[in-house]
Amino acid sequence: MSQLSMPRPDPAIVSRRADIVRQLKKLVPDAILIADQEGRRTFETDALTAYRCLPLLVVLPGTTDEVSKILRFCHNNHIKVVPRGAGTSLSGGALPLEDSIVLCLSRMNKVLSIDLPNRVARVEAGITNSGITEAVAGQGFFYAPDPSSQIACTVGGNVATNSGGAHCLKYGVTTNHILGVRIVLMNGEVVDIGGNYLDAPGYDFLALIVGSEGQLGVVTEVTVRLLKAAEGARPMLLGFDSSDAAGGCVAGIIAAGIVPVALEFMDRPAIHVCEHFVAAGYPLDVEALLIVEVQGSEDEIDTLLEKISEIAMDYNPAVMHRSQSPEESAKIWKGRKAAFGAIGQLSDYYCMDGVIPLSKLTKALDEVGWICRKYRFDVANIFHAGDGNLHPLILYNSNDPLQLERVEMCGAEILKLCVELGGCLTGEHGVGIEKRELMRVQFSEADIAQQMHIKAAFDPDWLLNPGKVFPLEGNRVQ
Amino acid sequence: MRVGFHAPDTVEELAYLVAEAADTRTPLEVMGHGTKREVGRLVQYGAVLSTESLVGVPLYEPTELVLVALAGTPVSQIEQMLAENDQELPFEPVDLGPVLGFGPGQATIGGVLATNISGSRRILSGSARDHVLGVQAVNGRGETIRAGGRVMKNVTGYDLGRALAGSWGTLAVVTEVALKVLPAQREVRTLLCFGLADPTGVEVLGLALGTPFEVSGTVHVNGELARRFSDEEISGAGQTVTAVRVENFPAAARYRASRLKQMLQAYAPALELDTVRSRMFWEDVKSLRMFQKIGKPLWRISMAPTNATKLVHSLSRKIDVRPLYDWSGGLIWLETPAISDAGAVEIRRTLAEFGGHATLIRAEPQARAVIDVFQPLDPPLMALTAALKQAFDPVGILNPGRMYAGI
Repeated sequence: MSQLSMPRPDPAIVSRRADIVRQLKKLVPDAILIADQEGRRTFETDALTAYRCLPLLVVLPGTTDEVSKILRFCHNNHIKVVPRGAGTSLSGGALPLEDSIVLCLSRMNKVLSIDLPNRVARVEAGITNSGITEAVAGQGFFYAPDPSSQIACTVGGNVATNSGGAHCLKYGVTTNHILGVRIVLMNGEVVDIGGNYLDAPGYDFLALIVGSEGQLGVVTEVTVRLLKAAEGARPMLLGFDSSDAAGGCVAGIIAAGIVPVALEFMDRPAIHVCEHFVAAGYPLDVEALLIVEVQGSEDEIDTLLEKISEIAMDYNPAVMHRSQSPEESAKIWKGRKAAFGAIGQLSDYYCMDGVIPLSKLTKALDEVGWICRKYRFDVANIFHAGDGNLHPLILYNSNDPLQLERVEMCGAEILKLCVELGGCLTGEHGVGIEKRELMRVQFSEADIAQQMHIKAAFDPDWLLNPGKVFPLEGNRVQ
Repeated sequence: MRVGFHAPDTVEELAYLVAEAADTRTPLEVMGHGTKREVGRLVQYGAVLSTESLVGVPLYEPTELVLVALAGTPVSQIEQMLAENDQELPFEPVDLGPVLGFGPGQATIGGVLATNISGSRRILSGSARDHVLGVQAVNGRGETIRAGGRVMKNVTGYDLGRALAGSWGTLAVVTEVALKVLPAQREVRTLLCFGLADPTGVEVLGLALGTPFEVSGTVHVNGELARRFSDEEISGAGQTVTAVRVENFPAAARYRASRLKQMLQAYAPALELDTVRSRMFWEDVKSLRMFQKIGKPLWRISMAPTNATKLVHSLSRKIDVRPLYDWSGGLIWLETPAISDAGAVEIRRTLAEFGGHATLIRAEPQARAVIDVFQPLDPPLMALTAALKQAFDPVGILNPGRMYAGI
């Protein structure tokens, strides 16, 4: 196991496990409790699999009322609660604690209402991200945030981490698309915030709840904005001999007043792995590849891709290729969306999520390469170039405890670099446990204290998803 | 703490003043240039704290679409700077100054964030808060805090920057804000239909938003209000006006306008405004020109678009109202008669049927003294509101009572 520790479990709670199960059985149906060891094992980790911990108990509520009853019980009995969706967090956001109950919302996965004239949908928090779009795609609408894990991850999880995705350069991230939530506070109180209209009244609680990593309350229902899909979309591939040229091209496109719907970057190792995995049609003899996608009518797409090609010419592209068909476009995106999985086939990887100002791109990539060489790891870079959100994937062997420790040090150094360059620790994956101890790199004590005051305003006893986001030392749960 | 007007030159000095006010429990009226100081409940303050001397743009990177401004910087100055680089503030901030008795262009960027009042393009591009990348602010303890940053994506810690949007200076004094900006739209086309009844006009606007043409403005204006537009063809028509805007590169804007024109044809023939006339039209909406000269009470109502005309119809049976529907009906600017409660009782009662919220933007002090200026909240949300205020401003010195009694 590595260096990150979790809050010490409360032995009094752990020893009361059987009693807690018995009491909860009186409150909610037996069928939604998972108490056996094998059942609990499924929930011992999320997508940050290096960390595992068996919770006391797992509960799969089916209604807001059940969530409320469970939380009130836990509040009264001082039991910690870890909310969970599909468990796709890459930062350990859904990692259980030994003395915690995992509250998994995956059964609450219904579409409650679709209101196309007002362009909103109300859904339960456990629905998958793509489940929303599937429900309205027939009418030409879609839900915009599109994290790579969208076929598995839940909208509740998206709310918790303020998920982004490849197309958020144009459409924005989760926080820009949530109009309302029903949230259950740790004391069991149910609060409705916002509604089926723009701009909720009073303080912007939605801003706080989205991205709070399940620490302020348990969101059970969400009202999202729906958008009409564009007439068409088409990507083009731009290959360059250096990441410097690719970065210059990105800046050139934006300076020309064009904001493509997506602007993705892959370096040579990433290109090779993805091409090998899905045969997306990527060029293999370039150092950097941009996937640039634009939307509109056929004419608009042609005009924009023509302009982008002209701009790219200033950066000596080795390859310029416009997708010729919807099938080819789908393949190009399949390669990008499968990137993490493809690399996972080769090796374990540690996925970073730092953000840098775009003008520092070359420097950042050089330094990332240098840091990884220093720690003797291979690295593949895949990222959202339009918004400077880097995803270096550091390849390592998770079965070697020494390597795990080293890869975490390597990752920490990369994230510190991102902050030094004017960026931040995490662009879309969240802090979780993974980056908890690095918060002081980006924030002062007063900054962190202000955030903790807010946590306490919602959850005075720090029972909800504790041990995450804030450095453990000085954290109220210790 | 000294009574009077304080406009510190530095954030350190501002933080010192707030800490001093906290020690002496002096309630501060927090503001920029004060163009919106008449919005809110009537409250007695011990001193004024203005950010007007914190002016400047420490960072502007056009190719990164990022601008960082000190809170007291006038929005007009920022807009000019952006225009020189063919960029703009995508949320098109409404200039409330002129309807509140001030000149145009005086509002500060801090005030825009604090009030989160976004313009017509909000339907496409999002609100002011959606463009906040980070803030520096001084909380009610006198501590200088930062949240977010200056990069496009950031989920490191809670999103305090956005949370301060729309808090009307009651949680913290914002001293600096980092914003996402976007390329300016080169070509603007506006399609106008005259004489549509309110329900039809608003329905048409909803249909326009349901097209893939990235419609960036949808307003329907009452016939009486339409007379107050600058464009003579509009003011002279004496009828309701329904307007749909598209923006983009020239060829795309023209194409989209032509497709929308076909759609509108089923309802009324559409007049197409070119870029220059379009800009004039939307400038009138942005500065609320139709509500400037006549000083009657003015409400801002946010609700589900398809209920908007039902609300107004229901209200108009009780009081004389004049609506401008923006955001396809999702936002109503409503002029009400100068009666003692400015129409609050009827508006809130009717709104309760449909859902949504109403804020009284302009009214005589007598009215503001007796009614809820901001929408009253349900008890659980009110309790959270009080807890959040406590988390930022435990002693309660920053614009206390401006939004809600005791908060």
